[in-house]
Amino acid sequence: MDDAIKGGAAMKRKEKKKMGAGSIIFMALVYLFLYMPVFVIILFSFNKNNSNIAFDGFTLKWYLEVFKGDSLMKNFWLSIELALVSMVISVVLGTLATIGLYRYEFKLKKFINGLLYVPIVIPELVIGLASLASFSKMGMTMGFATMVFAHVTFCLPFVIITLRSRIADFDSSIEEAAMDLGANQWHTLKRVTIPMLTPGIISGALLSITLSIDDVIISYFVSGAGDITFPIKVYGMVRGKITTNVYVISTLMIIGIVVVYLGAGALGRFLEKRKEIRDIKKIEAQ
Amino acid sequence: MKEKKKKERKNTLPILCMVGPTSLWLLFFLLIPLIYVVVISFMTKGAYGGVVFKFSIDSYKRIFDPLYLTVMWKSIVMAFETSVICLIISYPFAYMLCKVPAKVRGILTLLIMLPFWVNGLIRLNGWSNILRDSGFINTLLMKIGIIDQPIQMMYSEGAVLFGMVYTFFPFMVLPLQSSISKLDQSLIEASYDLGARKVKTFVRVILPMTLPGIFAGTIQVFIPSLGAFFISDVMGGGSAAYLGNLIQNQFLVARNWPLGAAFSVLLIIFTLVVLKAYSKVGDLDDLA
Repeated sequence: MDDAIKGGAAMKRKEKKKMGAGSIIFMALVYLFLYMPVFVIILFSFNKNNSNIAFDGFTLKWYLEVFKGDSLMKNFWLSIELALVSMVISVVLGTLATIGLYRYEFKLKKFINGLLYVPIVIPELVIGLASLASFSKMGMTMGFATMVFAHVTFCLPFVIITLRSRIADFDSSIEEAAMDLGANQWHTLKRVTIPMLTPGIISGALLSITLSIDDVIISYFVSGAGDITFPIKVYGMVRGKITTNVYVISTLMIIGIVVVYLGAGALGRFLEKRKEIRDIKKIEAQ
Repeated sequence: MKEKKKKERKNTLPILCMVGPTSLWLLFFLLIPLIYVVVISFMTKGAYGGVVFKFSIDSYKRIFDPLYLTVMWKSIVMAFETSVICLIISYPFAYMLCKVPAKVRGILTLLIMLPFWVNGLIRLNGWSNILRDSGFINTLLMKIGIIDQPIQMMYSEGAVLFGMVYTFFPFMVLPLQSSISKLDQSLIEASYDLGARKVKTFVRVILPMTLPGIFAGTIQVFIPSLGAFFISDVMGGGSAAYLGNLIQNQFLVARNWPLGAAFSVLLIIFTLVVLKAYSKVGDLDDLA
Protein backbone atom coordinates (compact mmCIF):
# COMPACT_ATOMS: atom_id res chain seq x y z
CA MET A 1 0.00 0.00 0.00
CA ASP A 2 2.67 2.47 1.09
CA ASP A 3 4.72 1.98 -2.03
CA ALA A 4 1.69 2.47 -4.18
CA ILE A 5 1.05 5.89 -2.77
CA LYS A 6 4.64 7.01 -2.39
CA GLY A 7 4.74 7.44 -6.14
CA GLY A 8 1.83 9.90 -6.01
CA ALA A 9 1.90 13.67 -5.70
CA ALA A 10 3.11 15.43 -2.57
CA MET A 11 -0.43 16.47 -1.77
CA LYS A 12 -1.51 12.89 -1.69
CA ARG A 13 1.26 12.09 0.73
CA LYS A 14 0.11 14.83 3.05
CA GLU A 15 -3.39 13.49 2.87
CA LYS A 16 -2.11 10.11 3.88
CA LYS A 17 -0.24 11.46 6.86
CA LYS A 18 -3.38 13.15 8.10
CA MET A 19 -5.26 9.90 7.71
CA GLY A 20 -2.57 8.29 9.82
CA ALA A 21 -3.48 10.41 12.83
CA GLY A 22 -7.16 9.68 12.20
CA SER A 23 -6.40 5.98 11.98
CA ILE A 24 -4.54 6.00 15.26
CA ILE A 25 -7.41 7.76 16.99
CA PHE A 26 -9.93 5.37 15.46
CA MET A 27 -7.94 2.33 16.52
CA ALA A 28 -7.46 3.74 20.01
CA LEU A 29 -11.22 4.28 20.29
CA VAL A 30 -11.91 0.70 19.23
CA TYR A 31 -9.49 -0.61 21.83
CA LEU A 32 -11.05 1.69 24.42
CA PHE A 33 -14.47 0.23 23.51
CA LEU A 34 -13.01 -3.27 23.86
CA TYR A 35 -11.27 -2.63 27.19
CA MET A 36 -13.63 -0.22 29.01
CA PRO A 37 -15.55 -3.00 30.79
CA VAL A 38 -12.29 -4.80 31.56
CA PHE A 39 -10.96 -1.69 33.31
CA VAL A 40 -14.21 -1.40 35.25
CA ILE A 41 -13.92 -5.03 36.32
CA ILE A 42 -10.35 -4.52 37.52
CA LEU A 43 -11.35 -1.34 39.36
CA PHE A 44 -14.34 -3.00 41.01
CA SER A 45 -12.24 -5.93 42.16
CA PHE A 46 -10.79 -3.48 44.70
CA ASN A 47 -14.20 -2.19 45.74
CA LYS A 48 -15.00 -1.97 49.45
CA ASN A 49 -18.68 -2.42 48.73
CA ASN A 50 -19.62 -6.01 47.92
CA SER A 51 -22.89 -5.19 46.19
CA ASN A 52 -21.08 -3.19 43.51
CA ILE A 53 -23.68 -0.49 43.01
CA ALA A 54 -20.99 2.15 43.32
CA PHE A 55 -17.27 2.27 43.94
CA ASP A 56 -16.84 2.95 47.66
CA GLY A 57 -13.11 2.87 48.12
CA PHE A 58 -10.04 0.73 47.75
CA THR A 59 -9.52 -2.57 49.54
CA LEU A 60 -7.63 -5.83 49.06
CA LYS A 61 -10.09 -7.71 51.25
CA TRP A 62 -11.67 -9.74 48.43
CA TYR A 63 -8.32 -10.81 47.07
CA LEU A 64 -7.34 -12.17 50.47
CA GLU A 65 -10.64 -13.99 50.70
CA VAL A 66 -10.18 -15.55 47.27
CA PHE A 67 -6.66 -16.65 48.19
CA LYS A 68 -7.93 -18.13 51.43
CA GLY A 69 -10.23 -20.34 49.41
CA ASP A 70 -13.54 -18.97 48.31
CA SER A 71 -16.46 -21.22 47.33
CA LEU A 72 -16.34 -19.59 43.90
CA MET A 73 -12.84 -20.97 43.44
CA LYS A 74 -14.40 -24.43 43.35
CA ASN A 75 -16.37 -23.40 40.26
CA PHE A 76 -13.29 -21.80 38.80
CA TRP A 77 -11.16 -24.94 39.19
CA LEU A 78 -13.95 -27.01 37.70
CA SER A 79 -13.85 -24.74 34.63
CA ILE A 80 -10.09 -25.20 34.36
CA GLU A 81 -10.39 -28.95 34.80
CA LEU A 82 -13.10 -29.15 32.16
CA ALA A 83 -11.07 -27.02 29.76
CA LEU A 84 -7.96 -29.15 30.21
CA VAL A 85 -9.73 -32.50 29.85
CA SER A 86 -11.61 -31.27 26.77
CA MET A 87 -8.41 -29.85 25.34
CA VAL A 88 -6.48 -33.11 25.70
CA ILE A 89 -9.23 -35.12 24.02
CA SER A 90 -9.70 -32.51 21.27
CA VAL A 91 -5.99 -32.30 20.56
CA VAL A 92 -5.45 -36.06 20.43
CA LEU A 93 -8.49 -36.72 18.23
CA GLY A 94 -7.87 -33.56 16.20
CA THR A 95 -4.21 -34.24 15.46
CA LEU A 96 -4.90 -37.78 14.27
CA ALA A 97 -7.87 -36.65 12.19
CA THR A 98 -5.99 -33.75 10.60
CA ILE A 99 -3.13 -35.99 9.49
CA GLY A 100 -5.54 -38.67 8.29
CA LEU A 101 -7.67 -36.17 6.38
CA TYR A 102 -4.58 -34.63 4.84
CA ARG A 103 -2.84 -37.84 3.84
CA TYR A 104 -5.56 -40.08 2.55
CA GLU A 105 -8.40 -39.94 0.12
CA PHE A 106 -11.54 -41.84 1.03
CA LYS A 107 -15.25 -41.91 0.44
CA LEU A 108 -16.64 -40.06 3.45
CA LYS A 109 -13.90 -37.44 3.54
CA LYS A 110 -16.00 -34.68 2.06
CA PHE A 111 -18.85 -35.41 4.43
CA ILE A 112 -16.60 -35.40 7.50
CA ASN A 113 -15.00 -32.16 6.35
CA GLY A 114 -18.42 -30.60 5.94
CA LEU A 115 -19.56 -31.83 9.34
CA LEU A 116 -16.60 -30.07 10.96
CA TYR A 117 -17.94 -26.65 10.03
CA VAL A 118 -21.34 -27.23 11.60
CA PRO A 119 -20.32 -26.70 15.26
CA ILE A 120 -18.32 -23.65 14.24
CA VAL A 121 -21.19 -21.88 12.56
CA ILE A 122 -24.38 -23.15 14.18
CA PRO A 123 -25.61 -21.13 17.20
CA GLU A 124 -24.18 -22.67 20.36
CA LEU A 125 -27.69 -22.75 21.76
CA VAL A 126 -28.64 -25.45 19.24
CA ILE A 127 -25.67 -27.64 20.16
CA GLY A 128 -26.50 -27.15 23.82
CA LEU A 129 -30.12 -28.18 23.57
CA ALA A 130 -29.42 -30.99 21.09
CA SER A 131 -26.85 -32.40 23.52
CA LEU A 132 -29.22 -32.06 26.46
CA ALA A 133 -32.07 -33.75 24.61
CA SER A 134 -30.05 -36.63 23.18
CA PHE A 135 -27.88 -37.24 26.25
CA SER A 136 -30.89 -37.50 28.50
CA LYS A 137 -32.55 -39.79 25.96
CA MET A 138 -29.46 -42.02 26.14
CA GLY A 139 -29.96 -42.15 29.88
CA MET A 140 -26.99 -39.99 30.90
CA THR A 141 -27.14 -37.77 33.96
CA MET A 142 -25.96 -34.22 33.27
CA GLY A 143 -22.61 -33.53 34.89
CA PHE A 144 -18.91 -33.35 34.22
CA ALA A 145 -18.93 -36.14 31.60
CA THR A 146 -21.71 -34.60 29.54
CA MET A 147 -19.95 -31.23 29.65
CA VAL A 148 -16.76 -32.87 28.37
CA PHE A 149 -18.71 -34.52 25.52
CA ALA A 150 -20.26 -31.23 24.47
CA HIS A 151 -17.09 -29.15 24.91
CA VAL A 152 -14.97 -31.52 22.83
CA THR A 153 -17.66 -31.40 20.15
CA PHE A 154 -17.28 -27.66 19.68
CA CYS A 155 -13.51 -27.44 20.37
CA LEU A 156 -12.46 -30.30 18.10
CA PRO A 157 -13.32 -28.59 14.78
CA PHE A 158 -11.37 -25.48 15.80
CA VAL A 159 -8.34 -27.63 16.65
CA ILE A 160 -8.55 -29.45 13.32
CA ILE A 161 -8.86 -26.26 11.29
CA THR A 162 -5.98 -24.61 13.14
CA LEU A 163 -3.82 -27.68 12.50
CA ARG A 164 -4.93 -27.94 8.91
CA SER A 165 -3.69 -24.44 8.11
CA ARG A 166 -0.24 -25.57 9.34
CA ILE A 167 -0.21 -28.93 7.62
CA ALA A 168 -1.20 -27.38 4.29
CA ASP A 169 2.16 -25.70 3.90
CA PHE A 170 4.32 -28.48 5.13
CA ASP A 171 6.73 -30.43 3.14
CA SER A 172 5.45 -33.95 2.66
CA SER A 173 8.75 -34.96 1.04
CA ILE A 174 10.24 -35.13 4.54
CA GLU A 175 7.68 -37.75 5.48
CA GLU A 176 8.38 -39.60 2.27
CA ALA A 177 12.11 -39.47 2.96
CA ALA A 178 11.53 -41.02 6.39
CA MET A 179 9.51 -43.81 4.84
CA ASP A 180 12.10 -44.34 2.10
CA LEU A 181 14.74 -44.66 4.81
CA GLY A 182 12.77 -47.53 6.25
CA ALA A 183 10.65 -45.91 8.97
CA ASN A 184 7.21 -47.45 9.18
CA GLN A 185 4.05 -45.32 9.27
CA TRP A 186 3.85 -45.22 13.04
CA HIS A 187 7.48 -44.16 13.36
CA THR A 188 7.09 -41.51 10.70
CA LEU A 189 4.07 -40.18 12.52
CA LYS A 190 5.82 -40.13 15.87
CA ARG A 191 9.22 -38.91 14.78
CA VAL A 192 8.47 -36.65 11.82
CA THR A 193 4.85 -35.61 11.40
CA ILE A 194 3.88 -34.79 14.97
CA PRO A 195 7.06 -32.84 15.79
CA MET A 196 6.52 -30.77 12.66
CA LEU A 197 2.94 -30.10 13.74
CA THR A 198 3.85 -29.07 17.29
CA PRO A 199 3.39 -25.29 16.85
CA GLY A 200 -0.06 -25.92 15.38
CA ILE A 201 -0.89 -28.34 18.17
CA ILE A 202 0.05 -25.70 20.75
CA SER A 203 -2.08 -22.97 19.17
CA GLY A 204 -4.95 -25.43 18.73
CA ALA A 205 -4.67 -26.41 22.38
CA LEU A 206 -4.70 -22.76 23.48
CA LEU A 207 -7.73 -22.05 21.31
CA SER A 208 -9.53 -25.06 22.74
CA ILE A 209 -8.85 -23.94 26.32
CA THR A 210 -9.97 -20.39 25.54
CA LEU A 211 -13.25 -21.50 23.96
CA SER A 212 -13.98 -23.96 26.70
CA ILE A 213 -13.28 -21.63 29.63
CA ASP A 214 -15.42 -18.88 28.09
CA ASP A 215 -18.40 -21.05 27.24
CA VAL A 216 -21.70 -20.21 28.90
CA ILE A 217 -24.39 -21.36 26.54
CA ILE A 218 -23.51 -25.00 25.91
CA SER A 219 -22.45 -25.68 29.49
CA TYR A 220 -25.69 -24.14 30.69
CA PHE A 221 -27.66 -26.92 29.02
CA VAL A 222 -25.48 -29.91 29.89
CA SER A 223 -24.24 -29.10 33.39
CA GLY A 224 -25.58 -30.95 36.40
CA ALA A 225 -26.60 -29.48 39.73
CA GLY A 226 -23.33 -30.56 41.33
CA ASP A 227 -21.01 -29.46 38.54
CA ILE A 228 -21.35 -25.73 38.04
CA THR A 229 -18.58 -24.06 36.06
CA PHE A 230 -17.46 -20.51 36.76
CA PRO A 231 -19.34 -18.92 33.81
CA ILE A 232 -22.60 -20.70 34.72
CA LYS A 233 -22.26 -19.58 38.31
CA VAL A 234 -21.81 -16.02 37.02
CA TYR A 235 -24.82 -16.40 34.73
CA GLY A 236 -26.85 -17.19 37.83
CA MET A 237 -25.70 -13.94 39.45
CA VAL A 238 -25.74 -11.63 36.50
CA ARG A 239 -29.40 -10.69 36.61
CA GLY A 240 -29.08 -9.67 40.22
CA LYS A 241 -25.79 -8.60 41.72
CA ILE A 242 -22.37 -9.85 40.92
CA THR A 243 -20.25 -10.27 44.03
CA THR A 244 -16.77 -8.78 44.10
CA ASN A 245 -14.98 -12.13 44.12
CA VAL A 246 -16.13 -12.62 40.52
CA TYR A 247 -14.23 -9.47 39.56
CA VAL A 248 -11.23 -10.60 41.59
CA ILE A 249 -11.04 -13.97 39.85
CA SER A 250 -11.48 -12.31 36.44
CA THR A 251 -8.70 -9.84 37.19
CA LEU A 252 -6.41 -12.63 38.33
CA MET A 253 -7.20 -14.57 35.17
CA ILE A 254 -6.34 -11.71 32.88
CA ILE A 255 -3.11 -11.05 34.78
CA GLY A 256 -2.34 -14.76 34.61
CA ILE A 257 -2.86 -14.95 30.87
CA VAL A 258 -0.74 -11.84 30.21
CA VAL A 259 2.04 -13.47 32.23
CA VAL A 260 1.64 -16.70 30.26
CA TYR A 261 1.80 -14.85 26.93
CA LEU A 262 4.81 -12.76 27.95
CA GLY A 263 6.47 -15.84 29.40
CA ALA A 264 5.82 -17.89 26.27
CA GLY A 265 7.22 -15.08 24.11
CA ALA A 266 10.32 -14.75 26.27
CA LEU A 267 10.81 -18.52 26.32
CA GLY A 268 10.52 -18.65 22.54
CA ARG A 269 13.13 -15.92 22.11
CA PHE A 270 15.40 -17.60 24.67
CA LEU A 271 15.20 -20.99 22.94
CA GLU A 272 15.83 -19.39 19.57
CA LYS A 273 18.88 -17.59 20.88
CA ARG A 274 20.22 -20.74 22.50
CA LYS A 275 19.71 -22.61 19.27
CA GLU A 276 21.56 -19.86 17.38
CA ILE A 277 24.47 -20.02 19.80
CA ARG A 278 24.52 -23.79 19.56
CA ASP A 279 24.49 -23.62 15.78
CA ILE A 280 27.36 -21.13 15.78
CA LYS A 281 29.33 -23.36 18.13
CA LYS A 282 28.69 -26.34 15.89
CA ILE A 283 29.99 -24.46 12.88
CA GLU A 284 33.02 -23.29 14.83
CA ALA A 285 33.74 -26.83 15.99
CA GLN A 286 33.77 -27.98 12.44
CA MET B 1 -4.45 -27.53 -0.48
CA LYS B 2 -1.84 -29.07 -2.66
CA GLU B 3 -3.80 -31.64 -4.57
CA LYS B 4 -0.79 -32.80 -6.51
CA LYS B 5 1.15 -33.92 -3.51
CA LYS B 6 -1.66 -36.03 -2.18
CA LYS B 7 -1.28 -39.53 -3.34
CA GLU B 8 -4.15 -41.89 -3.35
CA ARG B 9 -3.16 -44.62 -1.02
CA LYS B 10 -5.39 -47.47 -0.13
CA ASN B 11 -4.79 -47.74 3.57
CA THR B 12 -7.98 -48.67 5.31
CA LEU B 13 -6.45 -49.41 8.71
CA PRO B 14 -4.56 -46.11 9.14
CA ILE B 15 -7.59 -44.18 7.93
CA LEU B 16 -9.79 -45.92 10.49
CA CYS B 17 -7.28 -45.33 13.27
CA MET B 18 -6.75 -41.66 12.47
CA VAL B 19 -10.06 -40.34 11.22
CA GLY B 20 -12.26 -42.95 12.89
CA PRO B 21 -12.25 -41.56 16.45
CA THR B 22 -13.15 -38.03 15.32
CA SER B 23 -15.82 -39.35 12.96
CA LEU B 24 -17.39 -41.45 15.68
CA TRP B 25 -17.26 -38.52 18.08
CA LEU B 26 -18.99 -36.20 15.63
CA LEU B 27 -21.51 -38.91 14.81
CA PHE B 28 -22.49 -39.54 18.43
CA PHE B 29 -22.22 -36.07 19.87
CA LEU B 30 -23.14 -33.86 16.94
CA LEU B 31 -24.96 -35.59 14.11
CA ILE B 32 -27.23 -37.86 16.16
CA PRO B 33 -28.15 -35.04 18.60
CA LEU B 34 -29.02 -32.71 15.73
CA ILE B 35 -31.10 -35.37 14.00
CA TYR B 36 -32.76 -36.07 17.34
CA VAL B 37 -33.76 -32.40 17.56
CA VAL B 38 -35.40 -32.70 14.14
CA VAL B 39 -37.23 -35.83 15.34
CA ILE B 40 -38.45 -34.12 18.52
CA SER B 41 -39.79 -31.21 16.51
CA PHE B 42 -42.27 -33.61 14.88
CA MET B 43 -43.40 -35.12 18.20
CA THR B 44 -46.03 -34.15 20.75
CA LYS B 45 -45.43 -32.29 23.95
CA GLY B 46 -45.95 -34.36 27.10
CA ALA B 47 -48.46 -33.17 29.68
CA TYR B 48 -45.70 -32.37 32.22
CA GLY B 49 -43.01 -31.41 29.77
CA GLY B 50 -40.86 -33.97 27.99
CA VAL B 51 -41.73 -35.57 24.70
CA VAL B 52 -44.44 -38.03 23.76
CA PHE B 53 -43.43 -39.98 20.70
CA LYS B 54 -46.51 -39.38 18.62
CA PHE B 55 -46.11 -37.75 15.23
CA SER B 56 -47.52 -34.24 14.95
CA ILE B 57 -46.77 -31.07 13.03
CA ASP B 58 -48.39 -28.88 15.67
CA SER B 59 -45.09 -27.26 16.58
CA TYR B 60 -44.56 -26.11 13.03
CA LYS B 61 -48.09 -24.73 12.92
CA ARG B 62 -47.47 -22.82 16.13
CA ILE B 63 -44.35 -21.18 14.72
CA PHE B 64 -46.64 -19.07 12.58
CA ASP B 65 -48.38 -17.64 15.60
CA PRO B 66 -48.10 -13.83 15.10
CA LEU B 67 -46.49 -13.54 18.52
CA TYR B 68 -43.64 -15.85 17.50
CA LEU B 69 -43.35 -14.30 14.06
CA THR B 70 -42.81 -10.93 15.72
CA VAL B 71 -40.06 -12.38 17.92
CA MET B 72 -38.34 -13.98 14.93
CA TRP B 73 -38.56 -10.80 12.91
CA LYS B 74 -37.16 -8.78 15.82
CA SER B 75 -34.29 -11.24 16.13
CA ILE B 76 -33.46 -11.12 12.45
CA VAL B 77 -33.51 -7.32 12.46
CA MET B 78 -31.29 -7.31 15.54
CA ALA B 79 -28.84 -9.77 13.95
CA PHE B 80 -28.81 -7.71 10.78
CA GLU B 81 -28.19 -4.42 12.60
CA THR B 82 -25.46 -6.07 14.67
CA SER B 83 -23.74 -7.36 11.53
CA VAL B 84 -23.90 -4.00 9.74
CA ILE B 85 -22.53 -2.03 12.70
CA CYS B 86 -19.80 -4.62 13.30
CA LEU B 87 -18.84 -4.41 9.65
CA ILE B 88 -18.72 -0.62 9.70
CA ILE B 89 -16.42 -0.64 12.74
CA SER B 90 -14.36 -3.67 11.78
CA TYR B 91 -13.58 -2.99 8.14
CA PRO B 92 -11.56 0.20 8.63
CA PHE B 93 -10.13 -1.26 11.81
CA ALA B 94 -8.94 -4.45 10.09
CA TYR B 95 -7.60 -2.36 7.21
CA MET B 96 -5.54 -0.19 9.53
CA LEU B 97 -4.39 -3.27 11.40
CA CYS B 98 -2.97 -4.64 8.15
CA LYS B 99 -1.04 -1.43 7.59
CA VAL B 100 0.83 -1.32 10.90
CA PRO B 101 4.27 -2.97 11.03
CA ALA B 102 4.17 -6.74 11.46
CA LYS B 103 5.66 -6.71 14.95
CA VAL B 104 3.10 -4.25 16.31
CA ARG B 105 0.32 -6.04 14.42
CA GLY B 106 0.99 -9.25 16.34
CA ILE B 107 0.60 -7.41 19.64
CA LEU B 108 -2.49 -5.53 18.47
CA THR B 109 -4.14 -8.76 17.28
CA LEU B 110 -3.34 -10.38 20.60
CA LEU B 111 -4.95 -7.39 22.33
CA ILE B 112 -8.19 -8.10 20.49
CA MET B 113 -8.24 -11.65 21.84
CA LEU B 114 -7.13 -10.83 25.37
CA PRO B 115 -10.53 -9.64 26.73
CA PHE B 116 -11.93 -13.08 25.87
CA TRP B 117 -10.17 -14.33 28.96
CA VAL B 118 -12.68 -12.41 31.01
CA ASN B 119 -15.95 -14.18 30.50
CA GLY B 120 -18.33 -12.42 28.10
CA LEU B 121 -21.01 -12.22 30.76
CA ILE B 122 -18.71 -10.42 33.17
CA ARG B 123 -17.61 -7.95 30.50
CA LEU B 124 -21.26 -7.20 29.74
CA ASN B 125 -21.79 -6.72 33.44
CA GLY B 126 -18.87 -4.27 33.30
CA TRP B 127 -20.76 -2.31 30.66
CA SER B 128 -23.84 -2.40 32.80
CA ASN B 129 -21.79 -0.78 35.58
CA ILE B 130 -20.89 1.97 33.14
CA LEU B 131 -24.25 2.50 31.47
CA ARG B 132 -26.95 1.91 34.08
CA ASP B 133 -28.84 4.67 35.89
CA SER B 134 -26.43 4.67 38.81
CA GLY B 135 -23.48 3.87 36.55
CA PHE B 136 -20.32 5.79 35.75
CA ILE B 137 -21.65 7.88 32.88
CA ASN B 138 -24.83 9.02 34.58
CA THR B 139 -23.06 9.70 37.89
CA LEU B 140 -20.43 11.75 36.11
CA LEU B 141 -22.93 13.74 34.03
CA MET B 142 -25.06 14.47 37.08
CA LYS B 143 -22.07 15.57 39.14
CA ILE B 144 -21.00 17.99 36.44
CA GLY B 145 -24.57 19.19 36.29
CA ILE B 146 -25.31 18.52 32.65
CA ILE B 147 -28.34 16.40 33.58
CA ASP B 148 -30.57 16.16 36.67
CA GLN B 149 -32.16 12.85 35.83
CA PRO B 150 -30.15 9.79 34.83
CA ILE B 151 -30.43 8.95 31.14
CA GLN B 152 -31.78 5.45 30.80
CA MET B 153 -29.38 3.49 28.63
CA MET B 154 -29.67 -0.06 29.94
CA TYR B 155 -32.59 -2.45 29.51
CA SER B 156 -33.59 -1.32 26.07
CA GLU B 157 -33.30 -2.64 22.55
CA GLY B 158 -30.45 -0.23 21.99
CA ALA B 159 -28.60 -1.73 24.95
CA VAL B 160 -29.06 -5.24 23.55
CA LEU B 161 -27.73 -4.07 20.19
CA PHE B 162 -24.77 -2.47 21.96
CA GLY B 163 -24.05 -5.70 23.82
CA MET B 164 -24.29 -7.76 20.64
CA VAL B 165 -21.90 -5.46 18.77
CA TYR B 166 -19.50 -5.50 21.70
CA THR B 167 -19.56 -9.29 22.00
CA PHE B 168 -19.31 -10.19 18.33
CA PHE B 169 -17.23 -7.54 16.64
CA PRO B 170 -13.86 -9.30 17.22
CA PHE B 171 -15.29 -12.20 15.19
CA MET B 172 -15.74 -9.78 12.32
CA VAL B 173 -12.25 -8.29 12.62
CA LEU B 174 -10.29 -11.53 12.33
CA PRO B 175 -11.65 -12.89 9.00
CA LEU B 176 -11.56 -9.38 7.53
CA GLN B 177 -7.96 -8.98 8.58
CA SER B 178 -7.01 -12.28 7.00
CA SER B 179 -8.82 -11.34 3.80
CA ILE B 180 -7.36 -7.82 3.61
CA SER B 181 -3.82 -9.04 4.30
CA LYS B 182 -4.10 -11.32 1.27
CA LEU B 183 -4.88 -8.35 -1.03
CA ASP B 184 -2.74 -8.24 -4.13
CA GLN B 185 -0.99 -4.87 -3.79
CA SER B 186 -0.07 -4.72 -7.45
CA LEU B 187 -3.75 -4.57 -8.43
CA ILE B 188 -4.30 -1.57 -6.16
CA GLU B 189 -1.19 0.02 -7.58
CA ALA B 190 -2.45 -0.64 -11.08
CA SER B 191 -5.75 1.00 -10.21
CA TYR B 192 -3.95 4.14 -9.01
CA ASP B 193 -1.67 4.13 -12.02
CA LEU B 194 -4.68 3.98 -14.29
CA GLY B 195 -5.93 7.16 -12.63
CA ALA B 196 -8.59 5.78 -10.31
CA ARG B 197 -9.06 7.77 -7.14
CA LYS B 198 -9.15 6.33 -3.66
CA VAL B 199 -12.90 5.89 -3.48
CA LYS B 200 -13.10 4.28 -6.90
CA THR B 201 -10.16 2.01 -6.16
CA PHE B 202 -11.84 0.98 -2.93
CA VAL B 203 -15.24 0.28 -4.46
CA ARG B 204 -14.02 -1.36 -7.65
CA VAL B 205 -10.87 -3.17 -6.52
CA ILE B 206 -10.43 -3.53 -2.78
CA LEU B 207 -14.03 -4.21 -1.79
CA PRO B 208 -14.66 -7.00 -4.35
CA MET B 209 -11.39 -8.66 -3.46
CA THR B 210 -12.18 -8.70 0.24
CA LEU B 211 -15.76 -9.94 -0.18
CA PRO B 212 -14.94 -13.45 1.11
CA GLY B 213 -13.71 -11.88 4.34
CA ILE B 214 -16.83 -9.77 4.58
CA PHE B 215 -19.02 -12.84 4.09
CA ALA B 216 -17.02 -14.88 6.60
CA GLY B 217 -17.22 -12.10 9.18
CA THR B 218 -20.91 -11.53 8.62
CA ILE B 219 -21.64 -15.24 9.10
CA GLN B 220 -19.58 -15.20 12.29
CA VAL B 221 -21.67 -12.34 13.66
CA PHE B 222 -25.13 -12.90 12.20
CA ILE B 223 -25.67 -16.56 13.11
CA PRO B 224 -24.41 -16.54 16.71
CA SER B 225 -26.36 -13.37 17.43
CA LEU B 226 -29.55 -15.25 16.54
CA GLY B 227 -28.95 -17.65 19.42
CA ALA B 228 -27.13 -15.61 22.06
CA PHE B 229 -29.74 -15.42 24.78
CA PHE B 230 -27.49 -14.21 27.55
CA ILE B 231 -26.74 -10.87 25.91
CA SER B 232 -30.40 -9.89 25.84
CA ASP B 233 -30.72 -11.26 29.38
CA VAL B 234 -28.02 -8.96 30.73
CA MET B 235 -28.51 -5.87 28.57
CA GLY B 236 -32.23 -6.05 27.87
CA GLY B 237 -33.48 -7.04 31.28
CA GLY B 238 -35.93 -9.86 31.89
CA SER B 239 -38.51 -8.67 29.40
CA ALA B 240 -36.30 -8.89 26.32
CA ALA B 241 -37.49 -11.66 24.04
CA TYR B 242 -35.48 -12.74 21.05
CA LEU B 243 -35.29 -16.06 19.29
CA GLY B 244 -32.50 -17.30 21.58
CA ASN B 245 -34.50 -16.47 24.71
CA LEU B 246 -37.58 -18.05 23.18
CA ILE B 247 -35.85 -21.36 22.43
CA GLN B 248 -34.07 -21.44 25.78
CA ASN B 249 -37.37 -20.76 27.50
CA GLN B 250 -39.20 -23.53 25.62
CA PHE B 251 -36.50 -26.02 26.60
CA LEU B 252 -35.80 -25.12 30.19
CA VAL B 253 -38.78 -23.23 31.55
CA ALA B 254 -41.97 -23.86 29.55
CA ARG B 255 -40.65 -27.35 28.81
CA ASN B 256 -42.28 -27.51 25.43
CA TRP B 257 -39.43 -29.36 23.75
CA PRO B 258 -41.15 -29.99 20.41
CA LEU B 259 -41.80 -26.27 19.93
CA GLY B 260 -38.27 -25.33 21.01
CA ALA B 261 -36.95 -28.02 18.67
CA ALA B 262 -39.00 -26.67 15.76
CA PHE B 263 -37.43 -23.22 16.21
CA SER B 264 -34.02 -24.88 16.44
CA VAL B 265 -34.67 -26.74 13.20
CA LEU B 266 -35.17 -23.36 11.53
CA LEU B 267 -31.76 -22.30 12.84
CA ILE B 268 -30.17 -25.59 11.73
CA ILE B 269 -31.59 -25.26 8.20
CA PHE B 270 -30.55 -21.61 8.03
CA THR B 271 -27.00 -22.52 9.13
CA LEU B 272 -26.69 -25.30 6.55
CA VAL B 273 -27.96 -23.07 3.75
CA VAL B 274 -25.53 -20.30 4.70
CA LEU B 275 -22.62 -22.78 4.90
CA LYS B 276 -23.46 -24.22 1.49
CA ALA B 277 -23.74 -20.75 -0.04
CA TYR B 278 -20.53 -19.54 1.57
CA SER B 279 -18.57 -22.59 0.38
CA LYS B 280 -19.17 -21.32 -3.16
CA VAL B 281 -17.55 -17.92 -2.56
CA GLY B 282 -15.00 -18.35 0.21
CA ASP B 283 -12.73 -20.73 2.05
CA LEU B 284 -14.67 -22.48 4.80
CA ASP B 285 -11.53 -22.64 6.94
CA ASP B 286 -11.67 -18.84 7.29
CA LEU B 287 -14.75 -19.29 9.44
CA ALA B 288 -12.77 -20.72 12.33
